[in-house]
Amino acid sequence: SPQVVWSMLGNRQFCSYKMTTKTQNFCRNEYNLTGLCNRSSCPLANSQYATVREEKGRCYLYMKTIERAAFPRRLWERVLLSKNYEKALEEIDENLIYWPRFIRHKCKQRFTKITQYLIRIRKLTLKRQRKLVPLRRKIERRENRREEKALVAAQLDSAIEKELLERLKQDTYGDIYNFPIHAFDKALQQQDAESESESEAEREEDDDDEGKREFVEAEDSELSDFEDMDKLETSSEEEEEVEKEASHSKSKGKTPLKGPARRKRPHIEIEYEEETEPGTK
Amino acid sequence: AGEGSGPVPGDGAGPPAPERVLFPPTFSVSEIKNKQRRHFMFLRWKQQQRKEKLALKKKRRKEREALGDKAPPKAVPKTIENQRVYDETTVDPNDEEVAFDEATDEFASYFNRQTVPKILITTSDRPRGRTVRFCEQLATVIPNSHVYYRRGLALKRIIPQCIARDFTDLIVINEDRKIPNGLVLSHLPDGPTAHFRMSSVRLRKEIKRKGKEPTEHVPEVILNNFTTRLGHSIGRMFAALFPHDPQFIGRQVATFHNQRDYIFFRFHRYIFKSEKKVGIQELGPRFTLKLRSLQKGTFDSKFGEYEWIHKRREMDTSRRKFHL
Repeated sequence: SPQVVWSMLGNRQFCSYKMTTKTQNFCRNEYNLTGLCNRSSCPLANSQYATVREEKGRCYLYMKTIERAAFPRRLWERVLLSKNYEKALEEIDENLIYWPRFIRHKCKQRFTKITQYLIRIRKLTLKRQRKLVPLRRKIERRENRREEKALVAAQLDSAIEKELLERLKQDTYGDIYNFPIHAFDKALQQQDAESESESEAEREEDDDDEGKREFVEAEDSELSDFEDMDKLETSSEEEEEVEKEASHSKSKGKTPLKGPARRKRPHIEIEYEEETEPGTK
Repeated sequence: AGEGSGPVPGDGAGPPAPERVLFPPTFSVSEIKNKQRRHFMFLRWKQQQRKEKLALKKKRRKEREALGDKAPPKAVPKTIENQRVYDETTVDPNDEEVAFDEATDEFASYFNRQTVPKILITTSDRPRGRTVRFCEQLATVIPNSHVYYRRGLALKRIIPQCIARDFTDLIVINEDRKIPNGLVLSHLPDGPTAHFRMSSVRLRKEIKRKGKEPTEHVPEVILNNFTTRLGHSIGRMFAALFPHDPQFIGRQVATFHNQRDYIFFRFHRYIFKSEKKVGIQELGPRFTLKLRSLQKGTFDSKFGEYEWIHKRREMDTSRRKFHL
């Protein structure tokens, strides 16, 4: 009889469906109506019991009566409920007409909850769903390692500095920066006469390229060196003469543009070459 | 039994003059069972190896100096970049076909200065704080860009609206577990769409020795090492984000540096200290990208026509083969 069952399973002995937590006991039996382990909601300890369960989006009412207690295979009788919410509630009422109030009420509550979550499922599938792509640990680790090594090999700072200096050489900045170009003096003095004519032609080309985004493949720039030399020498020629006098004033004019103060030569050095001719000879 | 050495090396002080010790020729250090002794013998062996190597180096250097001018040129050390498998799609700077392609592709209108870039930056659903801040910083780096929140809108519906409002590019930053980890860059009037994996994102406050905020000036763009056809088209995509005429007064430069298929993005402020020295100061966010796929039209994951997808089994087989 159900009282005996309950006194055994519910309180004293072991019930495999029972899950205890700090505050509450749960029942894992699939026919349980509320999910809690109570005297009134245990499907094993009640000979007359009913539940609502859903399968593939359709809700069924499951009922168990005393008459069939001896036939486990026919124990649970199931009734398909209509898709219409109100009609289904009426069907539950019809089927459980003389049943205890508790079971009827809980069945209807459970049915309500089930329909609500089915509606939500249908709504969610219409929205965009996130596709979860599993990460492979080995591959992630490999990529991170390779990224670090690539970063080291890239030497970003020096690459950027090189590129900026290249652009400065190729005159993309125009007249903003005015540097006296001592270093190329000696090398360029040799090529003075030859390149004067060439440089004019190159100057014209260069104006078009000013400000145009260039793809620099940092690897091959064999030709550019020669071009640079040619261009620079001509500008250096002019500047050489004007250098010593005007550079100081030019720099004064330019420094407000540059943030930190650029320290140019504080005073002009003028060298005098004297041929020592002792008066006696 | 295989030791046969006179002095016992278990004392720790160690015997002097290892030359006097004789071993049977089939002896190897790994055969000693005693760990302490084995370790000691191994260290001794290592020291010997080092000495020999040093002697060899000295000898070679002396020979080099002795030969003087006639010495053979120094051997160039092998690096991964040296040993890179030659890619047949490498762009030759004088290639006419490439030049013709570039004149007629989707970016031609940008490079002919017909369109001004206008960029929309957005994220995936429900971005977390880090991603939001990253978007804001990215918006300061890229001029003429706007950040809009996603709020659950479908990309397919956003794109026609963007085109209607004259946006030229769309950037979507994907987020996972509160950090940005993916970037979709789409050129809008049905341009190519590139999907990247983004890693090591550093916000401005996490960068050490950083400068002040980037100003409103249009930065320059540096694109390094984009050699193959694929790399070229990606490079053009990046270039098309920035307006064509940089303001040199601002002295800001945005760099996309490709190294072994990883694209490093940096944003610096530079100053020329002399004609041979330049100082750079990093401002702005930094991140690295790795290309995952390039699609011909705008973003369409189901029906898009993919120009290039990263297939791990086929493409990651060789360590010296890179695609960008």
